[in-house]
Amino acid sequence: MGFQTVGKSIWRLDGEKKVRGQALYTIDLKKEGMLHGRILRSPVPHARLVRVDTSEAARLAGVHAVLSRDDFPEGGPLSPFFGRRMKDKTVVALDKVRHVGDVVAAVAAVDVETADQALRLIEVEYDELPLVSDPVAAIEAESPQLFDHLPEIKNNICHHTTLKQGDIDKGFEESDIILEDTFRTPVAQHCHLEPHMALAWFDESGRLIVHTGTQTPYGVRKSLAEIFRMPEEQIRVVVPYVGGAYGAKSHLKVEHLAAALAWKAKRPVRIQLRREEVFLTVTKHASVVRMKTGAKKDGTLMARKAELYYDTGAFAENGPNVVHKATLTSTGPYRIPHIQADGFCILTNKPSAGAFRGYGVPQVALAYETHMDALAERLGLDPVEVRIGNLLREGDRHPTGATMHSVGYEELLRKLGAAIQLGARRKGRGKRRRGRGIACMIKASNTETQSEAKVQANRDGTFTVLSASVEMGQGAETVMAQIAAEELGVRMKGVTFVPQRPDTDLTPFDAMTTASRSTFCMGNAVRRAAKNLRDRLVEFAADLMEISPQDLRVDNGRIFAAGAESKGFTYKEVAARYFARNQEELIGKGFYGDEEDQKTVLPFWLVGGCAVELEVDTETGAVKLRKLVAGSDAGKAINPRLCEGQVRGDATIGIGQALLEELQFVDGQPVNASFLHYTLPSFQDVPDDFPVILVEQPHKDGPFGAKGLAESALPAVPAAIANALHDALGVRIKRDQGAFKGSNSSSRFTSRTT
Amino acid sequence: MITLNINGTTHQVDVKPLETLLAALRDRLNLTGTKDGCGEGVCGACTVLVDGHPVSSCLLLAAYAEGKTITTIEGVSGDGKLHPLQKAFLDNGAFQCGYCTPGMILMAKALLEQNPRPSAADIREFMAGNICRCTSYVEIVRAVKQASRGLRNAAKRS
Ligand code: FES
Ligand code: FES
Repeated sequence: MGFQTVGKSIWRLDGEKKVRGQALYTIDLKKEGMLHGRILRSPVPHARLVRVDTSEAARLAGVHAVLSRDDFPEGGPLSPFFGRRMKDKTVVALDKVRHVGDVVAAVAAVDVETADQALRLIEVEYDELPLVSDPVAAIEAESPQLFDHLPEIKNNICHHTTLKQGDIDKGFEESDIILEDTFRTPVAQHCHLEPHMALAWFDESGRLIVHTGTQTPYGVRKSLAEIFRMPEEQIRVVVPYVGGAYGAKSHLKVEHLAAALAWKAKRPVRIQLRREEVFLTVTKHASVVRMKTGAKKDGTLMARKAELYYDTGAFAENGPNVVHKATLTSTGPYRIPHIQADGFCILTNKPSAGAFRGYGVPQVALAYETHMDALAERLGLDPVEVRIGNLLREGDRHPTGATMHSVGYEELLRKLGAAIQLGARRKGRGKRRRGRGIACMIKASNTETQSEAKVQANRDGTFTVLSASVEMGQGAETVMAQIAAEELGVRMKGVTFVPQRPDTDLTPFDAMTTASRSTFCMGNAVRRAAKNLRDRLVEFAADLMEISPQDLRVDNGRIFAAGAESKGFTYKEVAARYFARNQEELIGKGFYGDEEDQKTVLPFWLVGGCAVELEVDTETGAVKLRKLVAGSDAGKAINPRLCEGQVRGDATIGIGQALLEELQFVDGQPVNASFLHYTLPSFQDVPDDFPVILVEQPHKDGPFGAKGLAESALPAVPAAIANALHDALGVRIKRDQGAFKGSNSSSRFTSRTT
Repeated sequence: MITLNINGTTHQVDVKPLETLLAALRDRLNLTGTKDGCGEGVCGACTVLVDGHPVSSCLLLAAYAEGKTITTIEGVSGDGKLHPLQKAFLDNGAFQCGYCTPGMILMAKALLEQNPRPSAADIREFMAGNICRCTSYVEIVRAVKQASRGLRNAAKRS
């Protein structure tokens, strides 16, 4: 069946507003009587809080509220505790600070300058404690402990996942070749251009209203309900357009602080983090991965031992889940009979690491894809064929018990290899050396599945998709409309989809906009809602035409009798007649994530890869990417231009993490928490030759075969670059970024004046 | 009180002594199309044109812009027909979250006014100080090239 809307690269629905500068982000909102909040942060990485004295700050003219631990007496009106996986965080520090940037107090004042002045008047006495900085050392019994009151945490380990299969010793005994290496990756930061920001107030009836650029409106509402000891229905979370997130804007970041200040000041409060504070709010896990791989002479994988030490910083955040997923896919997309993998999520005195595009997979993919490359090299085999020969195939069982489905690795790997002429001998002469490398990745999207949607036919013939999927650049608004249009049988041209931003009062429940889940989970809900609406419209038309609904067809926004096209109504006419008779809304409802949907172990696999051709200057170490090919199995690309944009953008963050980015700490102090010193990929760091390969192996349960793809390229990029560097230099890179630090240009020339 | 000429309109604005142009635009005049990304002159989200030159409005004091001609994203096409750059950004998928976009478009506008036929390398060099975290920049380079062709053809016709 041909599609009418799905598969078409229509313009983004939010596009015109965005190019005109008219799209509203949280940062653009104002509210009558609004105060400005600022946060006092710990200057030391680990200390007992001896004294916090806010009395002078509170007396400063223009200050309306100062929030400190004194506002959280036991049994008081607010509960200080929250946390995604365990209640390890507090709104403000109660007895200890655990990283530089930890929240000690907050002030709301008439303007930012006054609030800043008040922060300087708060007296804090710290009793410094020994520092925990290295995740591997942190788990030794004699290491200082970050927490002593939480039973979930032992020896600074807040989570441990094990994956086992077969007999690991036997696996290595039966291997002809064994590789063993340790890989390291540094802390990185999301660097979404719109900083974390929230605007909160209590309305006349006592309801808490929060506008925030979050990926998890319903999650934020739930956590706020716990802190404010209010029913969730008394809280409304509204999400304007989001200026980039990449995982950083999930769960409470500043919302609770804005709300607590608003509660105390009895006025609306706006908090916008400064760039330096964003760096200290959430990061990507630094990692140490020890990996041992055994194989037969012909390249057949026999055994995989992996130990993952992920540095989650001072609080668990999403870390346990990140480590869990990384550990469960530490065998890559390959069939390995004997497996022993252990992942540890470890607390140290750094800002907390949480979800970041790729969710723990880039760290471990660097290890397993370097090993696949080394295996091919050591055994004299082709790197593409070695991978293909070991692939888990359609219908195979993954070691976690999930089934492999919609996994177009073979096609993808062959195309990637061909795109850069992998294996070509031209290595260059003199000090500039050429190298080529590939890598692939696998990520499970076993996140919370539940999504609910409504599709509404309006009186004027327009439609509204009511979905809490957050538009943060990925194109959710557009893709959901395309899915609805396809199911309704309308073409995008001539039909208006009225945008509705996520709003917990209006848009039904959605677990979250994370894990590349929206196209699949929300897409299914929207499709079902659209079908439900179409059925209602057809039934109503059948009634009007005095004909059985079975005898009606729908196409191009018209309902007509089968075989008699001219006899019928447009949707617009049907809606008009409906509203002439009824007051009730014309809405279709759809839900994804019921028991039937959850029968499969996980909704879908993210499948992706990368091929790189680069040039390295053997004197300076500078790396120049000549060509980068990023690929993904989209299942079915609902909007190919958006898909390509996602894949290319994802890969670009991978380039940054491989060659440029590292948030550095010295004695627990961040030393480059600013855009001046933390190097992001610029126009100069990305090659012109940057094709995208979209493979389409339809997913049987995806809407029109589609599934998520927004995290499928990044994890493969550092490994592909490392493999290409080996091809050029004969040296294995076992560390992101560091090996070539300082040598990469990213010239900071700017043509702007000030 | 200072006088700012923004997008062809004169505004009397009451600013504090060290207030930036960015703050004056966003907070006093509600011209929120110009974005605040870093506040330290690095990301380019706050780019506006002052007398045709691209400027980081987060570093420029509002008082220094007095008597000069300021163009913000709101002045590129207003509510009217899209500027060729705006259309090219849409055609090429040159943005996702859109937060860097106003700055990118003004930067590209400044480039095309200086150099109506830029090569990819010219675009990359001129725009190197504008950060986009969502796209790969390739899409933006393509968009600027498309717009440069469009503008040249339009110039030929007129
Ligand atoms: S906000 Fe001005 S350069 Fe970043
Ligand atoms: S589109 Fe999001 S930063 Fe450029």
